[in-house]
Amino acid sequence: MIRVQNLVKRFGDITAVDNVSFEVQRGEIFAFLGPNGAGKTTTIKMLTTLLQPTSGSLELDGLDPTRNRDEVRQRFGVVFQDPSLDQDLTAWENMEIHGVLYAVPRKERRERTVVLLKLFELWERRDALVKTFSGGMRRRLEIARGLLHTPKVLFLDEPTLGLDPQSRNQMWTHVKKLNETDQVTVFLTTHYMDEADRVANRIAVIDHGHVVAIGSSRELKERTGTESLEDAFLALTGTTIRDESATAADAMRQIARMWRR
Amino acid sequence: MQVVYILWLREVKKYSRSRTQIVASLGSPIMYLGILGFGLGPIFQKAGQGSYLQFMAPGVIGMTLLFTSMFSGIALLWDRQFGFLKETLVAPVPRLWIMLGRTLGGATVAMLQGSLIFVICFIAGFRPASFSSVPLALVFMALIATVFAALGTVIGSSLKDMQGFQLVMNFLVMPIFFLSGALYPLANLPKVLAVLTRVDPLTYGVDGVRTVLIGVTHFGIAADATVLVAVAIVLLSAGAWRFSKIEI
Repeated sequence: MIRVQNLVKRFGDITAVDNVSFEVQRGEIFAFLGPNGAGKTTTIKMLTTLLQPTSGSLELDGLDPTRNRDEVRQRFGVVFQDPSLDQDLTAWENMEIHGVLYAVPRKERRERTVVLLKLFELWERRDALVKTFSGGMRRRLEIARGLLHTPKVLFLDEPTLGLDPQSRNQMWTHVKKLNETDQVTVFLTTHYMDEADRVANRIAVIDHGHVVAIGSSRELKERTGTESLEDAFLALTGTTIRDESATAADAMRQIARMWRR
Repeated sequence: MQVVYILWLREVKKYSRSRTQIVASLGSPIMYLGILGFGLGPIFQKAGQGSYLQFMAPGVIGMTLLFTSMFSGIALLWDRQFGFLKETLVAPVPRLWIMLGRTLGGATVAMLQGSLIFVICFIAGFRPASFSSVPLALVFMALIATVFAALGTVIGSSLKDMQGFQLVMNFLVMPIFFLSGALYPLANLPKVLAVLTRVDPLTYGVDGVRTVLIGVTHFGIAADATVLVAVAIVLLSAGAWRFSKIEI
């Protein structure tokens, strides 16, 4: 379903993704694990047509995201790491816009919106502006929105960040169900190892832009001789903490980039 | 088409919900009208040019259109910062439609705001030569709004963050306003100023509205309309191109 070969992405002299290759089968739940700044989000951005790769080839459902952009966009749904809701609109209106953007027929759009808002316990607040929502509620709305059209591939970039255990549980249950009944391929990233352990068929560990290991949770544990996925992860990526904070030079670079084409 | 419509509707809904913003944005046009309009009135009259309020009201309407439409184009930066832009960029619709929905929405919002100022001008004592000219004035207002909403989109798609916003305000929006002849007649200007006013698209917009409403013209209505339509087409194309290049 997804094939990535020798993918490279450079920002100036920083190489965010360095020669990454992997494949995701149809109907699989595939987890991308890695410390902060490992290149997870950059890879997702390239697969979802938001960024152009520096080199390497991408394939999603047999199509090239860099060339057949609109066809590819039709085939996936995505929940981004950072919020992408319109806070000045209501929950209902956010769902409505999404439905129209993905050409979900009116009747189906309404029905599915009702089901999803109820499922994620947002029904009572459907006519409230999103800016009055708590962090968890926003997250739930975002996931509900990502499921409104039935995509072939669902990208979830740290979808459970800031959710309580109840919402996390509900969300994964729903994702698993969707995966089983509709054969939706799921590509997810998370920092919660237990989630990856629970839902993912296969896991790729990425660090410093490289894929350092790939396989099922059991295979990773066997390979590293560890008891839990968390230990396997630490064995593969080390225990040092990664800094993502911007330096003054980064800030300057950002200002310079502002006017760049 | 539905995509263009829903994104247009989004802009209009957001506008109608931001009451404080509407009231706040009435501040500066009212100040220009009330203070500059009445303050410079006597001297304008002495110079034999008639009523200054009559003269500057179309300029103040033009200013409102300029500011509101540019602002809604640059609001792209907010969407970039707060994430909604991404939602539209990964959607399986041509980016041209998204850009059109946003830009036309922004132009509509500017029209609403401009019409509000029109009414305020009327209350302040501005009288068009004849009321039958109002529909044509609205057409010119729509042209101004479209031109600058498109320019706003070009800029909004090219900037990466909010820091550039001040730069745009001070070195683009303000000069466009001051060079447009909104506040002074274009006749007998010093050479440099005469050239600069002629490259400013708002000049033709204000001249068009002024010609239609009070019968005072500089370029003539046909020339005004031609320039505005041409600039609108160029800027909409540029906006579509810039918008298609956005990476996040």
